[in-house]
Amino acid sequence: MGDKLRPFQRLLIALASLLLLGVYFFPLWYIKLWAPQYPEWLGMFIWVNTITGENPHDLYNINILNHYIGMQEINPDIVPELKILPFIFAFFIIFGLIVAITGKKKLLKIWVWSFIIFGVLAIADFWWWEYRYGHNLDPRAPIKIPGGAYQPPLLGCKQLLNFKACSFPARGAYFAVASLILGFTAYIMDFFKKPEGRLT
Amino acid sequence: MKGRGLKKLALAIFAVAGVGGLVFSKAKLSKEWQDAALKTYVPPGEHDEFYAFLSGGFNGQIGVYGLPSGRLIKIVPVFSVNPENGYGYSEETKNLLMTSHGFIPWDDTHHPQLSQTNGVPDGRWIFINANNTPRIARIDLSEFRTVEIIEIPNSAGNHPSSFVTANTEYVTAATRFSIPIPQKDYPIEEYKKWAKGTITFIKVDNSEGEHNNRMSIAFQLLVPGYDYDLAHCGKGPSHGWCFFTSYNTEQAHTLLEINASQRDKDFILAVNWKRAEECIAQGKGKKMETVYYHNYIDPETGIAKSEKKTEVLVLTPKECPGVAYYLPTPKSPHGVDVTPDGKYIIGGGKLSINQPIHSFEKMIKAIQNKEFAGEIEGIPILKYESILHCEVKNLCLGPLHTEFDDKGYAYTSCFISSEVVKYDPKTCKILDRIPVYYSIGHLMIPGGDSAKPWGKYLIAMNKITKDRYLPTGPELPHAAQLIDISGEKMKMLLDFPTQGEPHYAQAIPASLVKPKVKKIYELEKNKHPHAVKTEEEAMKRGVVRKCDSNGKCEVHIYLTAIRSHFTPDNIEGVKVGDTVYFHVTNIEQDWDIPHGFAIFGAKNSNILIMPGETLTLKWTPQKPGVYPFYCTDFCSALHQEMQGYIRVSPKDADVKLCWSLGDQKRCAE
Repeated sequence: MGDKLRPFQRLLIALASLLLLGVYFFPLWYIKLWAPQYPEWLGMFIWVNTITGENPHDLYNINILNHYIGMQEINPDIVPELKILPFIFAFFIIFGLIVAITGKKKLLKIWVWSFIIFGVLAIADFWWWEYRYGHNLDPRAPIKIPGGAYQPPLLGCKQLLNFKACSFPARGAYFAVASLILGFTAYIMDFFKKPEGRLT
Repeated sequence: MKGRGLKKLALAIFAVAGVGGLVFSKAKLSKEWQDAALKTYVPPGEHDEFYAFLSGGFNGQIGVYGLPSGRLIKIVPVFSVNPENGYGYSEETKNLLMTSHGFIPWDDTHHPQLSQTNGVPDGRWIFINANNTPRIARIDLSEFRTVEIIEIPNSAGNHPSSFVTANTEYVTAATRFSIPIPQKDYPIEEYKKWAKGTITFIKVDNSEGEHNNRMSIAFQLLVPGYDYDLAHCGKGPSHGWCFFTSYNTEQAHTLLEINASQRDKDFILAVNWKRAEECIAQGKGKKMETVYYHNYIDPETGIAKSEKKTEVLVLTPKECPGVAYYLPTPKSPHGVDVTPDGKYIIGGGKLSINQPIHSFEKMIKAIQNKEFAGEIEGIPILKYESILHCEVKNLCLGPLHTEFDDKGYAYTSCFISSEVVKYDPKTCKILDRIPVYYSIGHLMIPGGDSAKPWGKYLIAMNKITKDRYLPTGPELPHAAQLIDISGEKMKMLLDFPTQGEPHYAQAIPASLVKPKVKKIYELEKNKHPHAVKTEEEAMKRGVVRKCDSNGKCEVHIYLTAIRSHFTPDNIEGVKVGDTVYFHVTNIEQDWDIPHGFAIFGAKNSNILIMPGETLTLKWTPQKPGVYPFYCTDFCSALHQEMQGYIRVSPKDADVKLCWSLGDQKRCAE
């Protein structure tokens, strides 16, 4: 048997690759803002290649509010990651399909570990952007709270001045997580496989 | 010791009195009022069940109230200028108030009516009449703004207006005051020679889409010179007909109080508008020269257009037999109301104690059998006995106006006896009566004049207030009262003061309007020629000064407003004698973030600009100086900082035209 994947494992990694297509159709992350005067909430979606408002003008309105505390403008055009991310996911899709076709165990191992590393790095990078948005404040901002920082949460809710900011993975991220789980399952199946020839 | 004892005693007495007072004041609210409070209380943050639209009478506007709370939500400016938001003052809205008599800043609104589909209010628009300088306005309920006004030629006292047909094919108007048609300076005492009335049918374009050029005068029916008072159109079997009450069939021209109250019966004029359409198709209408204005907002630019019209189609009953009949009705009738099933026509015989109910079926039979009691100017008078369904005996004193609930009952307002009377129009039996405070004019049930009343509440619109509220000097508000009509007996629920003098009203379930209401105007769709949609564009267009050959100069200033500054906010190079136009675009796209604009010394008003909208304020500086302008709406935490300056120099000064914001500065070449 050696270095070849079983058909079921190959099916799993093929499915895992195809699931990743979901990130092109659904947002990866969802940030919501609530304040007493925003009972309707403001919402923002982070996509694989852009950032949009939940409602047509939400992003515009979030930027208007942010200028009071001197946060820099949220502008998807200046985030280089959003230019690279679509290609990274495309890489994992194609690479995963190659794993399925060739059925090489070693490649599956590379796929799984590189995906995990990528995921950790992506989340760290997201946190780094949030940190910079929350801390790099215009010194001439009209509203300055000594020691104030407005870093949005990575996961969950946090009070930022009058706003409650909530951050959660969105459907696109669930596709990616599901993809990783399938790939990982295929990978670990090798460790649990029954010893051959036991019945003889 | 003694002193302290007294003090203790006094405190104890106060405490007991305090607790007693609390208990007493709670007990004072009887069970009846506690029940009423539960029925009308709308908790904080929750919405009313109905939108009610009350005419403002002499304030010329429409008041929007919530029911059952009676809370005033908004005043929609219609025929009167409104400095609060710049309606009638801004360059964009001025044209809405143009008439053949020039710009008119005020009128008297009486009878709002919601647009209908199959006889049921549909929540698209509400129409309302101007009584003094005859006009009809259309208010779009996606914006709660007046978007169209049409002037009615050959008319005076546009009172029996603005009633719609069952599918809003037409909105009607008629003359309360007869006049010479065409106008001419006859001796007044020759009234019978010159007095003429008109019944006007205004065609309404019901097509979908965002356009406001919807009303056009289809035809005017020339009728005898009586005072036409109120109207309602038929539905169901009576669809195709509209009914207009008349008084002063005596044709008095002085001391009408006495002279127009002599005859036992006046008339309801029944007009068959489908027959009129046939006659017009046969070419029986005559074109008549006249002048009237048709004004409407272009939805793309938000600017009112004003079109002058010079011709109207006039039809006379003689040339179109079968178009109109008179139904004798006692006595100086006010309201004329058609039951939800369209079968009965109730005239509010103001000076009669018996309320006549005519049968539409009998009316048609009487017409077929030619049961006429005479004819006036080609209009046959039907025999009273032939058309009468029944009389409600001893209804009340001063019956004015009737509406209906969903169970088939009728409710008539009685001005003199100050009450509302409930009865069954089929059996003509009185069922209940309730006093109202004081002197009711019209009443209103949501959908109560339509084919589908939502018969839960009735509001009485009372003319006299006296002691109902805290006193405010000799000038008091008018009063409305909410009555529960869901049970067998009417129950008083609530008093609430009203703006202006509500005559008539309409109401509709909020669910039919709410989903369509806009939150902002889309900046992207703003096609105002003076709109600037970004701050960069505002700085680029900046200020333009144009002078004609006589040395008269116009200055156009392009500004954006966004939390919390105008761009540009420093302007120099304007001169005394210039006519300055501030074109302000609110580039917000957030819900409920208007910006206002006011400039020192402006002789007009401020303007209140909604997100995505452009409005223009005209200003003619009189003296050199530095003048501030500012945002008038508390828009944000830094609203107070939302201000700017404009430098006005002497006529002959050599000051360059420049504008700036922060460290960005530009000058005209």
